[in-house]
Amino acid sequence: MRDEQLLLTWVPRLRRYARALAGNRDDADDLVQDTLLRAWSRAALWRGVADMRAWLFGIMHNLHVDGARRPRLATVALDADVPEAPVAPAQDERLALRDLQAALDRLPAEQKEVLLLVALEDMAYADVARTLGIPIGTVMSRLSRGRERLRALLEGREAPQRLQVVRSRTP
Amino acid sequence: MTPIPPSPPVTEDELHAYVDGQLPAERQREVEAWLAGRPEEARRVAAYRAQKRELHALFDPVLDEPLPQRVRQAARAPVPWYARRLAAGLVLALLGGAAGWGLRGAVDGAALHGPTSGDGLTAAAGSGFAARAAVAHTVYSADARRPVEVDAAHEEQLVAWLSKRMAAPMHAPRLQALGYALEGGRLLPGGRGPVAQFMYRDAAGGRLTLYVSNELGEAGAGRSATPNAETAFRFAREGAVNVFYWVDGPFGYALAADAGREALARIGEEVYRQLAERP
Repeated sequence: MRDEQLLLTWVPRLRRYARALAGNRDDADDLVQDTLLRAWSRAALWRGVADMRAWLFGIMHNLHVDGARRPRLATVALDADVPEAPVAPAQDERLALRDLQAALDRLPAEQKEVLLLVALEDMAYADVARTLGIPIGTVMSRLSRGRERLRALLEGREAPQRLQVVRSRTP
Repeated sequence: MTPIPPSPPVTEDELHAYVDGQLPAERQREVEAWLAGRPEEARRVAAYRAQKRELHALFDPVLDEPLPQRVRQAARAPVPWYARRLAAGLVLALLGGAAGWGLRGAVDGAALHGPTSGDGLTAAAGSGFAARAAVAHTVYSADARRPVEVDAAHEEQLVAWLSKRMAAPMHAPRLQALGYALEGGRLLPGGRGPVAQFMYRDAAGGRLTLYVSNELGEAGAGRSATPNAETAFRFAREGAVNVFYWVDGPFGYALAADAGREALARIGEEVYRQLAERP
């Protein structure tokens, strides 16, 4: 079916974004699964969707926001059919990449979303605004703060164990 | 080098747009020139570019991963809404939602699908249900003299009685076109409540029973809240008896006969079609 093919072409990118957003495979695939189910439940709207990517990532954004608000039971999918991510960078890179993941997890969700849509999806700023339902000025300020925060974390200027950030009114 | 014409100062937004290649080409060059004299900003830009590279290095491998089963399943089209609506209107005027239907064009005699998370029927509940239907079939169809409690000559009474006891409108599908005439029916005890059984007979004396139970109510009703819950036709084999069964909303249906799978699948589709056409 055409719609299925269309949807399938977006799945790998939804998964990449979700993995970066959620930080682990199970939560990420939960998010992808829910996004696809939601998309099908609104399949009647597809014809009116000019930008499928913004629409799908927007659905994922809403679900992520909902899910983040709700405390959830930790579950592990019994998906034994696929091995864990075959991310196998060279030994010396591995530490750096794990640092990046840890730093990313410390970004506020709203900054992380903008940063990932720009960095991974190469989305135009206007598309990010549409996807997240925020003004473009907000996209730019979150991008700026997110990038700077990530840089500080990676350069070790922000101690990863700090529990309270007293100074920040404008994280 | 020609002197750089005065250009507007570079804003923070432009710096990011420069990193992301989202500036017009001319402005891109101006920002580049502007950065040449500002090592602090140049370092930031370099760091932001490195972030992008590293994020791709970390997460791009996900693009090449095989899709997990559950994600693949969710990407597939669910059964169309009108099939679900028809099914909902079925035998059960009193019910709200009904689980979707998965005919899937796969009713070809092969084992359909294994239990999946999207199904309304758990494997355990389903096989227990199918086994009870098979036993009921075996016990009563072997009875030459009293295979039914109420015979087809009193079909109206039979249907009214079963509907009352089942607390839902029952219908006896017409299967003459497939060579089966209604013989009658009876009420049986199921796992948690009454079960209706309709019996049919073909010209050669072969018997077919339709077993209708609402004991799967919780499984069915629970799943039907999920928009994409699907109900698939399934096969089970109990001794010489083949059982073709499915669940729809709170009802489970099982067709049992000595007939082969393909014949049973055809009858199942016909039964489904007729029940779906009921107002």
